Order: sequence, then C-alpha cells, then structure tokens
Amino acid sequence: MTLAPASSPVPSAAELRELALTESEYQAASDQLGRVPNRLELGMLGALWSEHCSYKTSKALLRQLPSSGPRVVQGPGENAGVVDLGGDLLCCFKIESHNHPSAVEPVQGAATGVGGILRDRFAMGARPVALLDGIRFGDADDLRQRQRFARVVEGIGWYGNCVGVPTVGGETYFDAAYQHNCLVNAMCVGLARREQLVRAQAAGPGNPLLLVGADTGRDGIHGATFASVQLDEAAEGRRPAVQVGNPFLEKCLLEACLELVGDPDLVGLQDCGAAGLTSSCAEMAQRGGVGLEIAVDQVSRREAQMTPYEVMLSESQERMVLVVRRGMEGRFQAAFRRWGLHSDVIGRVIEEPIFRITDASEVVASLPLQVLVSGFPERHPEASPPDVSAILAADPLLRTPPWSAAEAWLRLLASPNCADTKWVWRQYDHQVGDDTVSGPGGDAAVLRLRGRSDALALTVDSAHRSAPLDPRRATAIAVAEAVRNLACVGAEPLGITNCLNFGDPDRPEIMWQLGEAVAGLADAARAMGIPVVSGNVSLYNQFEGEGIPPTPTLGVVGLLPDLELRLGAGFRREGDLIGLVGPPGAGPDAVELGGSEYQRLAHGVLEGRVPELDLEQEMRSAAAIRAAIEQRLLNSAHDCSLGGLAVTLAESALLGGLGAQISPPLGPTGERPPGWSVAALFGESQGRYLVSFSPAALEEITRLFSDHGTPFQNLGQVGGSVIVVEGLAEINLAEAKAVWEGAIPERQERPWSAGA
Amino acid sequence: MSLRFGIAVFPGTWSDRDCAHAVELSGAVAVPLWHADRDLKGCDVVILPGGFAYGDYLRTGAIARFAPLMEAVQEHARAGGPVLGICNGFQILCEAGMLPGALLRNASLQFRCQPCWLRVERASSPFLGTLQPGQLLQVPVSHGEGRFYADEETMARLNAEGRVAFRYTDSSGQATAAANPNGSLESVAGILNERGNVLGMMPHPERACELLLGSDHGLQLFPAVLQQLAPRSG
Repeated sequence: MTLAPASSPVPSAAELRELALTESEYQAASDQLGRVPNRLELGMLGALWSEHCSYKTSKALLRQLPSSGPRVVQGPGENAGVVDLGGDLLCCFKIESHNHPSAVEPVQGAATGVGGILRDRFAMGARPVALLDGIRFGDADDLRQRQRFARVVEGIGWYGNCVGVPTVGGETYFDAAYQHNCLVNAMCVGLARREQLVRAQAAGPGNPLLLVGADTGRDGIHGATFASVQLDEAAEGRRPAVQVGNPFLEKCLLEACLELVGDPDLVGLQDCGAAGLTSSCAEMAQRGGVGLEIAVDQVSRREAQMTPYEVMLSESQERMVLVVRRGMEGRFQAAFRRWGLHSDVIGRVIEEPIFRITDASEVVASLPLQVLVSGFPERHPEASPPDVSAILAADPLLRTPPWSAAEAWLRLLASPNCADTKWVWRQYDHQVGDDTVSGPGGDAAVLRLRGRSDALALTVDSAHRSAPLDPRRATAIAVAEAVRNLACVGAEPLGITNCLNFGDPDRPEIMWQLGEAVAGLADAARAMGIPVVSGNVSLYNQFEGEGIPPTPTLGVVGLLPDLELRLGAGFRREGDLIGLVGPPGAGPDAVELGGSEYQRLAHGVLEGRVPELDLEQEMRSAAAIRAAIEQRLLNSAHDCSLGGLAVTLAESALLGGLGAQISPPLGPTGERPPGWSVAALFGESQGRYLVSFSPAALEEITRLFSDHGTPFQNLGQVGGSVIVVEGLAEINLAEAKAVWEGAIPERQERPWSAGA
Repeated sequence: MSLRFGIAVFPGTWSDRDCAHAVELSGAVAVPLWHADRDLKGCDVVILPGGFAYGDYLRTGAIARFAPLMEAVQEHARAGGPVLGICNGFQILCEAGMLPGALLRNASLQFRCQPCWLRVERASSPFLGTLQPGQLLQVPVSHGEGRFYADEETMARLNAEGRVAFRYTDSSGQATAAANPNGSLESVAGILNERGNVLGMMPHPERACELLLGSDHGLQLFPAVLQQLAPRSG
C-alpha cells in the first residue's frame, strides 16, 4: 500500500499553532518518521502530543509521585487508579479537568466533563457509584461569574442526574483570580469485582475493532489541543471545539458495557475521550503491543462529507471502542442493539505496531505507534521562582481590621467560600443508588458498601490560598486537609487522585509552581503513606498573560472500618464539651493569618507567612481522631480550615442547630501582639480539629490524645442561642444561620439583568 | 409464595435497582420487566421507577408510554392490578392517560433533590392500606419536572373523589408554600386513579426504606400491598 501524498509539504507556523505543535516538535516527528507527515498525520500527532494527552511538560515531574502501596492494583497510566478494598472488591477513581470547555460553554463543558469521567470508569468494567467535583469561579458578585457558576452547576447536575450516578461531594470556591479561567474538575469513583476489571488494550491480530454509541460528528475537533493553549478573546469562536453531551445515550452505553464485562470474548474496552478515535485506539494498541488498522469510511457519521481528518479527531461524546475475539462481533453488536445502540466494525488489530488509517481502501495515514504515542520530546521549560520574599515577610497584623470581630465573623460566614453550599448540591441527585449515607455538606461523603460493614469515604480538597507564595507547602496542606476530612468521619486514606490546574508552563514562574506543587504532593503523600494512583494535568489556564493561582485539586478515597461509627461535623447534644485537637495555632509565636480567607475578604491581599505544616503531627492527630471515633468517645469532629477556628465553630453549631461557647485556645505563653485576636479567630493554622464529646468522656479523651502525642485542650461547651469565643466575639445563632444559608442563594437569585 | 413486584426497565431508567432493593427489604420478590417485552412475568404488582426513560425526549414520559411493556401494564391496571409510578413512573402514567394531570418543570426551574414531608390524604388504595390519613412520611424528592398541574375541573374532581394520595407539608403537617419543593398545584405529591389501584408519586419511597439512609417511612408502602394481596396470591 502506498501513502497518499502529503497535502502540504511544510505547514506554516500558524498551521502548527492551530495543532498546538512547535516547529521543533514538527521537526522531531519528521525525523522519527524519516519523512514529512501529511495533514492528517500531523493532526493526529498534534492531538496525541498535546499536553492533555502526552503530559510532555509534566511527565518528568510526575515521576516523583509515590504510586505504589499494598492496596494499589493499578497506578497511573490506565483509565483510573485502582485500589483493593479487600474481599475481591476494587475501587477505581480519577479526577479530571474540563476547564477550557466550561469557560466557553459552561453547561455542555461541565456536563461532558462528567460524561467523560463516567465513561472512564465503566470502560474499566467498574460501575460508577459516586461523582464529586471541584469548581472555581471569579468574583461571586459579578454577573458573568454568577451565570457561569449557575450554568456549570446545571451542567454537572444535568448529566449526573440523568445517568443516575449520585454527586456526593465537592468544593466550590470564588476568587477574582479565576475570573477568566473557571475550573471544573470532576471525579468519579467506581466499584468492580476483581475478575471484572477490563484493560484498555488491543490484542490478537485479526480481532475486529468496534465503535459503539453516538455517530461521529464535527463536534469537539481539536478539543485536546484547545485544552492545551491559552484562552483569549477569540475563545468564544472556539465553541465548536466544545462537545455536546447526551446522558441518555451514556446511560445505555453504561448498562450495555457492564453487561458485557466478564465476557471471555471481550479483549479490550476504551472510551473515546480527548482526541477521539485517534487517542483511544492508539493508546489501546500501544498498551497491547500491537497495531491497528482503521477504515474511516466504516465510521457512521452525523454529517455528510466529513474528511478522514475530521473523523479521526472528532470528540463526539458517548462513544466506546472495543476489541473482541474474531467472529464474535455479531454477538456483541446484537447485545448493543438491545440497548438501542448502533455499532460499526471499523477496523482490526494488526501485528505490526503501526496505526494505519484507510479511506475507501486507500491508506491515508500510517504512523508507528511508538512515534504517535510516545515519540513526543519531553519538554523541560525553564523554571524559576518569583521573588516573593517581601510578600512573605509582610506582617498581616499591621493592617487595620476594617470590621469588628463579630462583623468579620458574620462576613466570613457570608463569604461564598465558607457559606452553606446547599444551593449547589440540592440540584444534584446525591442519593440515587441508595448507598449515600452522608452526602454533600460534611467533611467527607460516606457511601456504604453492600454486604459489608466498612464503608467508603470521599473528599475533594485543593491547595491553600497561599499557593502562589509557596506552592509546595500549600499543596502538602491540601493532602493534610483531605486526611483530616477523612479522619473526621472516621476513615483512613487509601489513595489520591490529582488534577493539577496551572497557567502557561512556558512562563518560568508557572513552571516553578508546577514543580513545587508536585514536590509538595509527593512530600505529603510519601510522609503520610498514601499512594497517588491517578491524575490529570490542566495547563494553560491563562488569559491575556495572567495565569490562575496554582490549583492542585485532590480527590482522596478513604475506608471507614465500621459504617456504624461514622461521625458528622455538627454538634449533637446540648451540654457536650468542645475540644481543640492539634497544635493550638495563633499563639504569639504562631500568628498565622497569611493567605487566610479573612485576609482575602478584609484586605483583598495575599501576604505573610504560609501556615506551618507538621506532617508527622498530622499523622498522629489523624490516628488519634480515628481512635477516638472507634472508641465512640466523640459526638462530632470537624476539620478546622477555611475561615479558621471561628468559622469552624460556627459551622459545627449551624450543622447541629446548637449554640456554643468557647474560650480562645491557649498558645505558648508570652506577649500577645496587636491583632492577635483576629489571628486567633480567623487564622488558618494547620493540623486542627474541633470535636465535641460528653463531659463524662473528658478524662478518657484527654488520655487518648496524650497517648497519641497529640495536643488537646478543652475549650468550652455546646448550647444556647449564641456562638461565643469569650472575650473576642459573639454572634447570634439565628443571624449566623441566615447569612450562612443565604449567601449563595441570595447572590444567585439576584436578577441577571440587574448587573453586578 | 412471595409476592412478585415487576420493575419496569426502560432505556434511561435508573431507580430500578433501588426499587428492587426496597422490594426485597419488604420481603417480596423483584422481577425486572424489559420495556420491549409485553410480558409481566406473572407479577402481582408493577412499579414504574424513576429515571429518564428514552431520554425524556419531547416531554417526560411521552415516549415511554408507547413502549410495548406499557400495553401489558395498562391491561394489568384495567384488571385491578396495583401499579405504582415513582417520579419518572408518575410522569409516564400521566402521559399514558392512566392518571390525570401533568408534571411540569419545577417552579424554581431547577432540579431538586431534598428530603420532604408527605401527608397521607387518603388510605383506600392497595399501597396505602396500612397508613392513616393525616399520617406524615419523610420521603425525598429528586426531580426537575415534578410540578403537578391539572385544570380546575380535574383538580376539583380529584379532591371530591379523595384521589389525592399525598401532599407536601412541613414537619408539622402544614401544606405551606415553603414545604412545596416544586410548586405543585395544591401541594399535590401523589394521586390515585378512580379505582385506587394506580398510584403516581414524585417522591422516592424506595430511597426511604432504611434509617441508615435517613428515613424508613417509604417502606410502609410495600407491606400495605403485601397485606392486601397476600390472600389472593395464597
């Protein structure tokens, strides 16, 4: 067979930019091929060599992450990480970004993000049992941001609700730094029996390749490359690069695929995600060490006159590819037909490790898989830290507080970052499946495992706001916070999935941020013994030269040894005592207001030292909390994070509908610098939990924490109709409830026509 | 012999597994019924579960009513057999003309998943036989199009004939606007057909069958049917 002549011998710089290829990458491809790639081949190379598919910029960094452990069945590289829950049950999970599409078309962008991560799960043979999301927008009062937020929530809800997978948790955050680049990260957790796990690989020369689900259209062409360049004013014009979802079709695909899982004639299964057929098929073949030949003319199309280029790079949603044993294709096609699904035999496995595309028997592309999948030159852009020494040295306490402590407290509760998120999650079906024991709104979601006494705990957490100053520590803080969130319900972490959202890595300070954040994730994961089993990188979250703050978002899965022991964050009983577990923070030697939500609200700045983090202490404290829960000593536990002690106290009070009175924690003795009270209330010192317990348990609890080498102090008592930190501030429970519950709905219900 | 509950599975149905779980918790047998079959497989009771049957294209339930299975369900109902439509199942029953009225987009224009209180309005139905009028049940809703609507004459008839099965109320049993999750006319959450053997409701009783999940009030719908039908099925 001969190759059709190249349409243009040397593409222009503009053409290469459109494909997200650099001239040196073009040269590398030509050198490896020993010839000039034609237009179709170039498109395929551009897609697979994009950051989105290849991780060419982040790969070297990601190798640092610890990914093994006794429970790890599958680390990074497949469709998701897999950990062993014991008893033949496996848990598969991954978080992925859909930032760029959601910025351009929020409903469909967010919806197809959910659709893609769901397909990743059932492609492995796992039934998706839970969705979580981390979403970030600009100023919550800005009209355009409110619309974008509402529409992203609508998109996430629409897709998950239609497919019937519960959305059980997540994180919502607003800051003007995300004004032009919203973040939409979706995580899906699936369960599979060990013998059902399907690999996404092609094998057995002569075996047919099937494409099932939606017909292929012109939507989403260049989606992967689009996700790998900066957004600009012209981004609106890229709307055709955003795919359109069909959750009904997805639900049928899900059920049909899960029916076929375990079939001995099913060789491999893979979803068509970024870069469509090109990526899914090439990766399957590469994993299986074989080649594939695809006849593009056999692909059912939505539109007439589609070129091989468009077919191979379309990102039409709700499509799966599978390799089945030769002669069995009819049986599989019939099984899909029962679910109303159309399928085509579009190619076959070949021995030679080549990805060959034919159109009406004419070869239109032929690329060695080695070149296509792993031939990209790794990039090592220069990294250099910005000079932030003056910002780090600034003393946040020198700024005059604009509000009284009580007013600041209420303003924090009314910040959409601390406020009740019910407005979001009541739009998500968080119950379908009948396994959601604790849904959204707590520290971690808890899902029962049928027929077992243990349970899954799930959380999504992102880096501390101080990330631009110290991405390493801010990312380690996210790991510690996730561990605390899991400990609060009684669970131990099993594995981490991460989504690294950053700006343009060709800018040295951004490359530095990326390197530091990965190092921070590696530090904390290694110190705390949690494998990082899957991940996704989203770079180029940049607009007109401005990048987003480094935003690594982590999804962490934990196991609760006994479902009956699960704990909530809300106070439960009048008269219970309230204790602070962990280092007290905010003492004269540790005034940690840097990067706090208070600082953001009150002064609109980011300055001062990043909160200290002691990973060994974090381990001891989390173990102590879990032990206290196991011994049924606690009635509530809540991680002390955004908004500091005051907001944490108010949240436990509001969730339980009970007031509380505490004295400020005792720090190391010494002078109290000016502004100490603000730091005591709102400083975001790490490693702290607020717990409540029966007075009768005080002695035992004190001993338990002491035995675990964990600082503990009794601060006060649950009860009354006010929330008080003695000598510092007092707010009324009913008033706090009104502002906390009302913050998000009040903003979202403002008429859209009324402007910001 | 245990009572058999047939659970309809349309493409897009998602509460079939939850309904089967609830049926099994109440001691009956759950039998999946495929939408393309006209066969009820000897089931005593039919449940049309929640979901987005056929993608809810055109209107919720509008395509599902034409499924071959629905012919058998209609026949079963005509013969007095109990049929329970939950959420999308209620929408299908309305589209099929087995229940009056329609279910419109929620007044909030948003999907709502939240716990609700239901006040039992009427107990003369195989599904409500063990419940007392005025009794309150905590059962969640999860829908985008659950706002019951009927014209004035139909609504008056439903009231006069005692065919409103449940209304949304607050925890003290008051049918307030705030307790109405979707803007339903007269806070209607569920209605019966003339004979009382077909019940449609937007809330999901199958999600309220275990205290672990927040409420077990929904379970009360199933023993009622079991008691009623037990003598017949011997």
